[in-house]
Amino acid sequence: MDSPINWTALGVFAFFFVLVTVLGFAASRWQRGGSTKGAHLDEWGLGGRNFGTWITWFLVGGDFYTAYTVIAVPALVYAVGAYGFFALPYTILVYPIVFMIMPKLWGVAQRAGHVTAADVVYGRYGSRTLELAVALTGVVATMPYIALQLIGMEVVIKALGLTGELPLAAAFVILALYTYSAGLRAPALIAFVKDIMIYIVVLVAVVLVPMKLGGYGVVFASAGEAFAAKGGMTGLTLKSQQILPFATLALGSALAAFMYPHTLTGIFAAKNADTIRKNAVFLPAYTVLLGLIALLGFMAYAAKITVKSNNDVVPALFNALFPSWFSGFAFAAIAIGALVPAAVMSIGAANLFTRNFWKPYVNSGVTPAGEAKVAKIVSLVVKFGALVFILLLPTKFALDLQLLGGLWILQTFPAVVFGLFSNRFRAPALLAGWAAGMAGGTWLVFADGLKPVHSLMIGGSSYTVYTGLLALALNVIVAGGLQLLLGQRQAQAPAAALGGRTAG
Amino acid sequence: MRILLALPFLGLLGVPFYNMESPSLFGFPFFYWYQLAWVPLTSLLIWIVYRNGVRKGEQ
Repeated sequence: MDSPINWTALGVFAFFFVLVTVLGFAASRWQRGGSTKGAHLDEWGLGGRNFGTWITWFLVGGDFYTAYTVIAVPALVYAVGAYGFFALPYTILVYPIVFMIMPKLWGVAQRAGHVTAADVVYGRYGSRTLELAVALTGVVATMPYIALQLIGMEVVIKALGLTGELPLAAAFVILALYTYSAGLRAPALIAFVKDIMIYIVVLVAVVLVPMKLGGYGVVFASAGEAFAAKGGMTGLTLKSQQILPFATLALGSALAAFMYPHTLTGIFAAKNADTIRKNAVFLPAYTVLLGLIALLGFMAYAAKITVKSNNDVVPALFNALFPSWFSGFAFAAIAIGALVPAAVMSIGAANLFTRNFWKPYVNSGVTPAGEAKVAKIVSLVVKFGALVFILLLPTKFALDLQLLGGLWILQTFPAVVFGLFSNRFRAPALLAGWAAGMAGGTWLVFADGLKPVHSLMIGGSSYTVYTGLLALALNVIVAGGLQLLLGQRQAQAPAAALGGRTAG
Repeated sequence: MRILLALPFLGLLGVPFYNMESPSLFGFPFFYWYQLAWVPLTSLLIWIVYRNGVRKGEQ
């Protein structure tokens, strides 16, 4: 890289990185309480199911608003303007959904000792196939998401002036080791440090940067001028063709968000249902933060920053406007922000593998302690897999897979959620709906050249909507239709049997 | 009471209603401050529904 090493920033960065490493290893002894189950998957994989309101707030906040978000949302806002802001309605609408669904789901999981969404599905429908479908979707959707956290880390490591892949690999090995030893408690404890750092960085940035640049009016005006010069689908408001994609992306993403293994792990680790309801009230504080982070994309125009890659816009802004010790602090916040979700994601994927593949297909007599052992090893495999993925394959591959991952995870929504509210559905119908949504959605995304939106022609006019939501509609229609058909046959079957008997 | 939770969906998915620059507030175009305003508003609505549930002894 062309930028020299920034020693002050690097020193501050290294200090905080060492601090969270120590915390990570110390976390195994944290929040054990009196009722520890010893070597049990509930302990390693769900932190003993004992996290109260505060810990859950930091953990889910640190886990849902990832480092990649901090890099990619301002990058998109910088590139296209208003359209990039769909992340805001998305992360607002997610909370009414969480409030309605997650306390119920937590209750089901807690009563039966479920650890994963696929456990819940097997418990509800008794179908190993549907369980495997949900588990497989979860693992496959999570892998590229972990890889994206690495991209977030790579961006700030580069901004510090470090070159090569060694720093990234070293950071990830450290993460893998303390996740192995402390389980979910490590990211939960580190999330406190990470989130407080991010809050400080953003509050300082949104107060000081406009002061340096001449106020928010100037920030928006200079972004507006830049978009006017750029033309195309950019601007401070949406073009009329962007309105439907904006709304459907927000809604679809909000429905998908808490189907991911990492967010559900945070939910299942809560102490009680009330903890989750309170968090639905207080977690939107992070959404304010996200909205302000998104504005960094506009501030870059007022600061007259030009970058080769849009993802560099946030680090470049900090390097240009702040003393190097504060840049180091901000970069540490972002890098640590990558560690928390990456840890929880690998734990969530490991839980799925252990509970929904190892237990039913490899070793059905596995003890809870044995489950914990398998999950710990799998968490290492998952993380090294993601690292190899990023080091060997082009970045675009991870981004495309992440896009598909969102569509895929959304297809588990009916199987996981419908059973909480209705007795109508059975496994075969839900499985058929899942398969239709997965296949149809994936096909559309490829046919559209790996774009997240698809244009439908209805009555001569074109409607462009989020492909994931289209696939979900297909999923629900197929599941509903098939259930209606099968349900009728079931209702007719006893009647026919009765008829047969009277005739005979 | 739970019907209150439908309000953020109406307010935020009805995009044409807020897809404009004026009136601006503290330098923020309408499109931005309107959406940001829905964050505390949504929190408040969820809190009202939550309190109502607690009063009814919901578990």
